[in-house]
Amino acid sequence: MAVYKKTYRPYEGELTPSWSRFLVIPRYAFEELHRSRFLSVFFISSFAYPLVCALIIYVQHNASVLGLLGVQGANRLISINITFFMSLLGWQSMMALFLAAFIGPRQVSPDLANNALSLYLARPFSRVEYVLGKMSILVILMSLMTWVPGLLCFLLEGYLEGWSWMRDNAHLASGFFFGAWVWILILALLALALSAWVKWRPAAGGLMFGVFFVAGAFGATINGVQRTKWGHLLNISHLIGSVWVQLFGDTDGTTNGALFFRVPRGEELPLWCCWASLAVLCLVCLYMLARKIRGAEVVR
Amino acid sequence: MGPVIELDGLEVRFGDRVILKKLKAGLTGRSVGLLGPNGAGKSTLINTLLGFHQPSAGTARILGRDIRTHAREVRSLIGYMPENDAFIANMSGVHFVRLMAELAGLPREHALERAHEAFFYVGLGEVRYRALGTYSLGMKQAAKLAQAIAHGPKLLFLDEPTNGLDPPARLRMIQLIQEIRDRGDLHLLLSSHLLRDVEECCDEVLILKDGNIAAFCNLEEERRSNRRFLEIETRGSINGCFLEAVEKLGCETAPGAQGRVKLVLPDGLEVRRLYEIAAEQNVQIRRLNHKRDSLEDIFLKAMEAADGRL
Repeated sequence: MAVYKKTYRPYEGELTPSWSRFLVIPRYAFEELHRSRFLSVFFISSFAYPLVCALIIYVQHNASVLGLLGVQGANRLISINITFFMSLLGWQSMMALFLAAFIGPRQVSPDLANNALSLYLARPFSRVEYVLGKMSILVILMSLMTWVPGLLCFLLEGYLEGWSWMRDNAHLASGFFFGAWVWILILALLALALSAWVKWRPAAGGLMFGVFFVAGAFGATINGVQRTKWGHLLNISHLIGSVWVQLFGDTDGTTNGALFFRVPRGEELPLWCCWASLAVLCLVCLYMLARKIRGAEVVR
Repeated sequence: MGPVIELDGLEVRFGDRVILKKLKAGLTGRSVGLLGPNGAGKSTLINTLLGFHQPSAGTARILGRDIRTHAREVRSLIGYMPENDAFIANMSGVHFVRLMAELAGLPREHALERAHEAFFYVGLGEVRYRALGTYSLGMKQAAKLAQAIAHGPKLLFLDEPTNGLDPPARLRMIQLIQEIRDRGDLHLLLSSHLLRDVEECCDEVLILKDGNIAAFCNLEEERRSNRRFLEIETRGSINGCFLEAVEKLGCETAPGAQGRVKLVLPDGLEVRRLYEIAAEQNVQIRRLNHKRDSLEDIFLKAMEAADGRL
């Protein structure tokens, strides 16, 4: 057993580079998340769909496997195209939403509820670094769930199909990558902003779902009552679905592969409106964080 | 040596309200007490020095670093023990202090070692693996002190460190603070409502009132100067002649009720002269006490000033 001196002594040793200190936060957060069995199981199970996709890609290119299965010619029924990758992105993005709703509120709420922010920010550690540190937890986990398996599937398909397929379909990889990043940033900002604002973990998680599903339903109600399509501005999944369609280089947002992110036919919003709405949402989240992430609250 | 904390016309506003009004002072003491009634601006001053509030005018320098231009560097020199509960409830004590030390820049092995040491030092060695949320109030105060010293700061801000502590816990906390002060490795800024805490731990005191500096004094010098302060109790015809005669010797006098007189003796004057004059004036000196202004006297005098400005 270690024996510690019961005395105070100044620290004269080396210091870590200041740019790397925000990484301390995700390291501690991952240690804590690792202890949650539910989250570990959920995270691992989120790779089931990408695994199935990888198997489909492999089987499609392996005639002997199809022969073993007795379904020769089935490879003509499966096509690895925009719909395939968008459906993978759509499914994984839903999983990411659930993950963000579970672990997002764990990040900021406990610090605010127990006034720990003053301790973080009394150190050579800025508010921006704090937010970046907390965001990086979500960004890393959601990246592992979305664009990382997506790009691995793309590489597998490219490896099996050949270089020319990869070159011709590079827009799928870039669409997947950038589409996932837009979604990840929105989810991460929203999860942190709501948990900073509400401070109570269960309420922040519930609010996260509320923003997506209740606001979407509210938008649909507005559309029904007012006979308009602008209610979809409140539906984040429709907005992001439209953005994905553009990023993937598709033309029809109403039939894209991402099931939960499709826009009903005839109710498509101008693309710039979708981008602008998502940008406004991000700005609102940043404003909420700027108001709440402070070392000391000012009572005017 | 330059001042530890130099306030250079520091002004802080929240909206239209001026909280700190162009404060100007150089705090040089090893241990500085920050006193003032509620709303005087003590916590705002600490928060401003930590960079939580932006000054609207003027600035302050900590160990020569400007808080406006070198905020990050300034914070690397400081350990902060806040007044309110501040912790992460589901984290164990040692884990929490280690996290805070790592955020201050210590490599993880050093941070872990220092976290253990700090916990033993504040007397929480046996409970360091328990979740902070289960700690008693006294233990939480000690844990806050542990996280404030774990990274070896040069200046320690203690905001109401004995808040809510029972007498033995308060005594232990005061002893810890005195021990840290006496080691001479760091400077202290102690904000408290309790004059006794400041008197026991500090050698300099800054008293704030309504955002102004109401008093700023070196307690040790005050104690030294008050050696010449006497309170006498007299009997007999104290009709002013005795006081006049004493004043002629250079004493400052303040007559009180029932023959009591407060005297400040000039340097070189022997107390024996007072007895001689009393005998000449047919006055009996029944009691003579060497008094000194307590911090309470200094504080009350400062509070009497009209707008708190010196």
